[in-house]
Amino acid sequence: MASTYNNPEYPYRRSPDQNATEPVHHAVVIVGGGPAGLAAAMDLALHGVDSVVLDDNNTVSIGSRAICIAKRTLEICDRYGCAQPMIDKGVIWKHGRVYFGEEQIYEFDLLPEQHHKIPAFINLQQYYFEEYMVNRCMEIPQIDLRWLHKVSEVSTDANRTEIVVETQEGPYRLSCDYLLVADGANSPIRESLGLESKGQIFEDRFLIADIVMEADFPAERRFWFNAPFHPNQSTLLHKQADNVWRIDFQLGWDADPEEEKKIENIRPRVEAMLGKEQKWELEWASVYTFRCRKMDSYIHNRVIFMGDAAHQVSPFGARGANGALQGVENLCWKLAALLDGRAPTSLLFTYDTERQHGARENILHSTRATDFMTPKNSMTCVFRDAVLGLARDYPFARSLVNSGRLSVPCTYEETPLNTLDSDHFADRMRPGSACADAPVRSNKGDEWLLERLGNSFTVLFYGELAASAQQPLNDAVMNLAREGHRIGTLRVRPRGEEARNEHEVVDCEGVLAQRYDLQPGTTYLIRPDQHVCARWRKLAPDAVVQAVQRALGQHLAQEQVA
Amino acid sequence: MSTLITDPNFTDADAFYAALADIHRERSAAESAAINARLILLLANQVGNQQILEQALAIAGQIHLAE
Repeated sequence: MASTYNNPEYPYRRSPDQNATEPVHHAVVIVGGGPAGLAAAMDLALHGVDSVVLDDNNTVSIGSRAICIAKRTLEICDRYGCAQPMIDKGVIWKHGRVYFGEEQIYEFDLLPEQHHKIPAFINLQQYYFEEYMVNRCMEIPQIDLRWLHKVSEVSTDANRTEIVVETQEGPYRLSCDYLLVADGANSPIRESLGLESKGQIFEDRFLIADIVMEADFPAERRFWFNAPFHPNQSTLLHKQADNVWRIDFQLGWDADPEEEKKIENIRPRVEAMLGKEQKWELEWASVYTFRCRKMDSYIHNRVIFMGDAAHQVSPFGARGANGALQGVENLCWKLAALLDGRAPTSLLFTYDTERQHGARENILHSTRATDFMTPKNSMTCVFRDAVLGLARDYPFARSLVNSGRLSVPCTYEETPLNTLDSDHFADRMRPGSACADAPVRSNKGDEWLLERLGNSFTVLFYGELAASAQQPLNDAVMNLAREGHRIGTLRVRPRGEEARNEHEVVDCEGVLAQRYDLQPGTTYLIRPDQHVCARWRKLAPDAVVQAVQRALGQHLAQEQVA
Repeated sequence: MSTLITDPNFTDADAFYAALADIHRERSAAESAAINARLILLLANQVGNQQILEQALAIAGQIHLAE
């Protein structure tokens, strides 16, 4: 097999915790050094929370696995300080072609909106994604990353969690306020606690063949329904970094996974697709089945599940790792506020409710894509083929073609943390929405709005404030900060003005006012995870304070830990 | 709320029914199934409104075929 990537090997290191006679206590211990676990460690560090990350292995992902990284994920990684190497290494794509049988039925452009720092999507092998996260984690002193430390026992009650960790030098024990578990779809810890992730198994198999080739195809996504080289099944071709191409062949439920993985069986499939003249080498192959499932609750006493351990989706639409990171950013600011004594336990339970909503949305989209690609009976097959047949000539039918609806962040519309709109606003940035980016100019130069949001609450307001509002706002924010809350203000000045201090930016392209429907005096309250939680046409400092308390769950009844 | 029209709305009901029968004349069952599917998709897009489509689907689903 060809190899464009050598997995780094991270050494086992003995921790001073292994010398202690009594279990050493940490506020947060994270299990799993994959995307969710590493993201949680970085997010917590930004909120001033130390963590220990335990991984039973000594390297990043074996094989390219998840390759489609969505914009929101990169925005989250940018907040952590590791997005740039991903964007530099990744393949940016926005063009796609859909084929049915012999014919191309249509092509599309994702037509990404202009004036965003981060591209709509990149393709990047999971090992690079994880490696760049590990590199960033190693720079952050609050993160204690321990490779080849495997959690073997977990016991948890309403007040704490204790674990046993196995190493090559023998076991040791730790205790923590919260154990964050991101140990993958088959989560051994979930199993050991007798908890279930429930849902649907799909009776289909897919072959991933990652091949290395010099090809002059552009970096576009090609999707075939019933291709002549692979009849009655779907095929996907996508470009990754290092001239690696992902080919995904639908095989059907009866395929033998061990046989299909063999190079002698892969070769004729790829040759049928690319022609015998095309030179290529296999880099990685895998046969997978998938399921869509989730836990009924992600929180069990002092154990919190994240990523695939908490919720799992089919790969179509890139909602696995992307959904995982949205969950992590939702959790970490809440956990930090709780550990600091700035929020009640009930805030933590909104991680569960908000991300149950996120998982349901992801599972719904993923299931619909799967049902389109693999019709469940003869009549849905007739409809699927009718859609594809019509799509060539009639654009309306293209909206029904579903080979995966690409991951966009979910809007927390129903959450009790929102203050509902009392004034009239455009829909786009309604409470619950993830903040849209926009170019801004500060007194240091050109920046992006999202670089100025996150990690704390932000009161963003537009234009001049009446003198009668400015001082009360400053006092209110000062009081909240004195109580330990992380909160700041950001004045947005209209295009043409100058930023006068570090708490101001100029809407240099006029895009911010448009995206946020800003008028003079319009005020937004933005959560530490860059989601809008309240907005008003006229700034009233008391309303801002109430909305902050609401976003911290102060009004929610204290719930017993489940 | 938008409501499905269940009173007569055809400009020429008899002509529509005759054309519907004609399009299936001398077609195999598979061809007829494909024609029906295309017709449903075209008409559904014309209706567009999801509430109305769901009302139509609900009525369409209420079938009691003789055994």
